[in-house]
Amino acid sequence: MTKHQIKEEQIAYAKWLDWGMKIGLLLLILTFIIYLTGILSPQIPISDLPKYWKLKAHEYLSSAGIKPGWAWVSMVTKGDFLNFVPVAFLGAVTILCYVRILPIFLKKKDIAYFIFALAECLILILAASGLLHVGGH
Amino acid sequence: MKIRYLSLFLILIIPLFATSVFADSMTPTDSSMPWWAWPLILFIVTFILGVLAVLGGVGGGVLFVPIVGGFFPFNMDFVRGAGLFVALAGALAAGPGLLKRGFADLRLAIPLALIASASAIVGAMIGLALPPHVVNIALGGTILMIVAIMLLAKKSEYPEVKKADALSQALKISGIYNEISTGKEIEWKVHRTPQAMILFIAIGIMAGMFGLGAGWANVPVLNLLMGAPLKVSVATSKFLLSITDTSAAWIYLNNGAVLPMMVAPSVVGIMLGSVVGVRILAVAKPKVVRYIVIAMLLFAGVRALLKGLGIWK
Repeated sequence: MTKHQIKEEQIAYAKWLDWGMKIGLLLLILTFIIYLTGILSPQIPISDLPKYWKLKAHEYLSSAGIKPGWAWVSMVTKGDFLNFVPVAFLGAVTILCYVRILPIFLKKKDIAYFIFALAECLILILAASGLLHVGGH
Repeated sequence: MKIRYLSLFLILIIPLFATSVFADSMTPTDSSMPWWAWPLILFIVTFILGVLAVLGGVGGGVLFVPIVGGFFPFNMDFVRGAGLFVALAGALAAGPGLLKRGFADLRLAIPLALIASASAIVGAMIGLALPPHVVNIALGGTILMIVAIMLLAKKSEYPEVKKADALSQALKISGIYNEISTGKEIEWKVHRTPQAMILFIAIGIMAGMFGLGAGWANVPVLNLLMGAPLKVSVATSKFLLSITDTSAAWIYLNNGAVLPMMVAPSVVGIMLGSVVGVRILAVAKPKVVRYIVIAMLLFAGVRALLKGLGIWK
């Protein structure tokens, strides 16, 4: 397919995805270096991690005294939780790409795809919201 | 030549087996290994998996979860959380190129992604709520099914679609891409869209439940059921993962199943491995490597199944 045949929304999506991925990966590497070098002290000492990584997620949260959802934002100055910034950013890239193509579908009066894209945004935002908790068993 | 590939297989399998024995014999408290040893081993293993994933034509996630889950001391919750980010990072990295070249098709992906990503949330919540032995049994069964699909499923370069179905016509799902190998422009359309949408519910649930990525299921549905050309199917599948895995990844992240010490080495390892894999691809025999990958998956699948059943702890 030649470039002019590829639809406007597809090109726009690709551009945002490209930038999002590059920024996310770079941030992931940078924050991990900060974590490993101890520039910012971690909330959970690195040497204690083997105690936690054998536990189920909800057991880890309760034994480490960490709340689920977006509570990590309040600990973002800690070396380990700083890494959640790029992780969350990578999780947000697709949402941003969808937000980018919404006005294009609207401009083209492509109502079906506008609704699909809007619904996708809402589903991903619901997943990201932290409202969906999984209890222990 | 065969001896060389057999040696490669053994070189890959033996460390995994040794890792498993190591992981089982040492609880964290009595481990004489320093804390950094496991993340370092994880980085090396994911680098190798990245190479193999490219050569074997599979996604990183499908290798990562059963192998790291079976042979490392990490809980399956964290393995699946990291596996989703491994699959997500690979899909996000490949997506722009595939979209810009017109191999991945946004109009084909969007309706299917909507169903798969909603189902992946349900799958992730089920997966995190299940006891580890049930997860291992189900994962083992799924991996063995993937092995069967990889061995038995045929692929069709340009499937014949006599008439596009009503839904795909209404949604204007069709396209043209330039096949570089022949220099021809390939026009394509799809059929059986409603049936594919139903299957994507199951694909989404499994992707979320096991953190595997789902290219192994996406491609047969897009190619064999819907009739999209193989290249479009593979590319759209890869792009679809970036959406499906995003929703599941958020559920794992928000429920504490993401440890940076696992995610960062895994993502970087598998991406570096993919880069090297692409270079090796030019000189390797992918068919032989593919059988090595299938054998590794078979081994990891049996391991997960036996671990879940309590036979091989």
